[in-house]
Amino acid sequence: MSKSQDFMAWIDARFPLTKMWEEHLSKYYAPRNFNFWYFFGSLALLVLVIQIVSGIFLTMNYKPDAELAFASVEYIMRDVNGGWIIRYMHSTGASAFFVVVYLHMFRGLMYGSYKQPRELVWIFGMLIYLALMAEAFMGYLLPWGQMSYWGAQVIVNLFGAIPVIGEDLSIWIRGDYVISDATLNRFFAFHVIAVPLVLLGLVVAHIIALHEVGSNNPDGVEIKKNKGPDGIPLDGIPFHPYYSVKDIVGVVVFLMFFAAVMFFYPEMGGYFIEHANFVPADPLKTPEHIAPVWYFTPFYTMLRAVPDPFLGVIAMGAGVVILFFLPWLDKNPIKSWRYRSALHKINLLFFAAVFVYLGYLGVKPPEPVLAEMGLRFSEVYFLFFFVIWFHSQRRPVAFAVTSLVVLIGLYSIYDVVRLNEANQALVLTSWLIPSLYLAFMLLGTYTNLNQEKPVPERVTS
Amino acid sequence: MKKIISAFLILALAPALSLAAGPSVPLDKADIDLHDKDSLRNGARLFVNYCLSCHSAAYMRYNRMGQDLGLTDAQVKENLMFAAEKVGETMTIAMPANDAKAWFGTKVPDLTVVARARGADWLYSYLRGFYLDDSRPWGVNNTVFKDVGMPHVLWELEGLRKPIYETRKDHEGNDVKHIVGFEEVVPGKLSRAEYDQAVRDLVNFMVYMGEPAKLKRYTIGVWVLLYLALLFVVAYALKREYWKDIH
Repeated sequence: MSKSQDFMAWIDARFPLTKMWEEHLSKYYAPRNFNFWYFFGSLALLVLVIQIVSGIFLTMNYKPDAELAFASVEYIMRDVNGGWIIRYMHSTGASAFFVVVYLHMFRGLMYGSYKQPRELVWIFGMLIYLALMAEAFMGYLLPWGQMSYWGAQVIVNLFGAIPVIGEDLSIWIRGDYVISDATLNRFFAFHVIAVPLVLLGLVVAHIIALHEVGSNNPDGVEIKKNKGPDGIPLDGIPFHPYYSVKDIVGVVVFLMFFAAVMFFYPEMGGYFIEHANFVPADPLKTPEHIAPVWYFTPFYTMLRAVPDPFLGVIAMGAGVVILFFLPWLDKNPIKSWRYRSALHKINLLFFAAVFVYLGYLGVKPPEPVLAEMGLRFSEVYFLFFFVIWFHSQRRPVAFAVTSLVVLIGLYSIYDVVRLNEANQALVLTSWLIPSLYLAFMLLGTYTNLNQEKPVPERVTS
Repeated sequence: MKKIISAFLILALAPALSLAAGPSVPLDKADIDLHDKDSLRNGARLFVNYCLSCHSAAYMRYNRMGQDLGLTDAQVKENLMFAAEKVGETMTIAMPANDAKAWFGTKVPDLTVVARARGADWLYSYLRGFYLDDSRPWGVNNTVFKDVGMPHVLWELEGLRKPIYETRKDHEGNDVKHIVGFEEVVPGKLSRAEYDQAVRDLVNFMVYMGEPAKLKRYTIGVWVLLYLALLFVVAYALKREYWKDIH
């Protein structure tokens, strides 16, 4: 035995290093047919590392104090060597995280990656998404600009809408009657240590759960069902070196986009760093238009779509929480959309478009037409989850018609209540948006659009 | 499928492109050039002479400005530093905040990063938007920032002008006065074109001051992208080599 083998044996007798390396990398068999969409998992991990490392360096110069915070950020931008690179890395990283995670989640939808036996992978992923939202929200307060301040004010006030305990709850969160130094200090603590710890733990759980059941793939075929005599899946290849070298290519391409934003468009036209955030926080001056950062705006639109504040908060929360239930809503045995019906593909693409559009509406001031669109497309957002459940199996025509009538009836009650002379044209026309969507998706199942394809035994290509 | 996906991506990006929130007042293009050192130096001169008595730029250091604008510390001290002792200091002012509140009816904002909050075009239009208005405490109003508390500090350069109004009916039938042009009342030291250029220089300097890193950010970015392009070739070749036995 060579010296290095001796050393490894010494380690392995005391710590399962070789075992872990093999389990998770060199003998973790991943399907051979991963495509473009499978880059985003490793990219999310990369962005997490970028955020942690750049965050550590920011913490060395940032001051979590209402009097000093804004100035300390400008100090980093000017007087700290390379400070502006570190800061832009972190601010670009925040948005990049959500871009990557949203694409990663959509991949899960396309190929049914949340389905049995990967429900827990999805649940852990959703918890990561929640933690990420908390992390981003609290981090956004730290530069202590006007948008930091008023964005936090608006969001924390939402808790005040909860009956009975709401007011006390929001004071408890802020540590004060308004967003103040106390809030800044505790958000700093949560942002730099509490939430990152949770995030790291969840990421480990997400990966362990994934490696326990094995990766899904664009064909939605379980590669573990076809093993060779050596017990290795016939369509599996070791993650290392095949996917490690492939992911490096993905990383380099991603970094090109990342660097392009960082060095050429760090503010991204006011969407990654909002213009108003270059004005120091002023508790006495409310900005004309308070818009959350882009990655929260789809849910912000759902909040604004409901006139009652408490119900609005419920709607917004439900918008996030309902995603947790996807594995139990979509019970169609075919995983990948490659072999599912055209109707299902249209449904997913439309859902993605609706999500983007809701995000667009969230940055716009709620003028009547846009506010109406916000309501209608929020309705579509929630109807999607019924539709994906409905598409799980063949349903009797009578059931389709009944659900159609009941669901349309449900939201039409609200339309009847709010209908008046001024808004009737708008309300009646826009009523067609969710209604046509639902009618097409339910009744479409009795047409050729509902043709499913046979799933192959082995992965293709 | 590919087509559907690309159509979807285009749809997804379209709102982001059309999103640049339009200002309520039409603005003139500032058309600045950060590489123009003479313009930046002239802007710095105007800034310290006309702005820095009431406004601070508390995150900007004199010597950093000197280095970026190609001036020695001695030149900075001699020509651009009136309110500070050492070149390493930031551009603070002596005016107490309470006095400012009494004189101008509002807090006087720090200007270090104002260009990042307002944008170059806004500043350029604002500084060229003053006109005579007797109803205002300082005798002037502004086309871009209505009823602003700031006096027209550059009036000696621009001169003073009085608006020509035209009365139009709005959609509810009320008479509304619109400014359709200006008439010069007191001529300034500079012609119209010279004044525009002076304001352009000043805005140029303020954009630089908002983000000094901007002077080198683009150059570094190009090198980073070139490096990544090279790395891509290597990474892709490596991947091809390994994947030969798979495909």
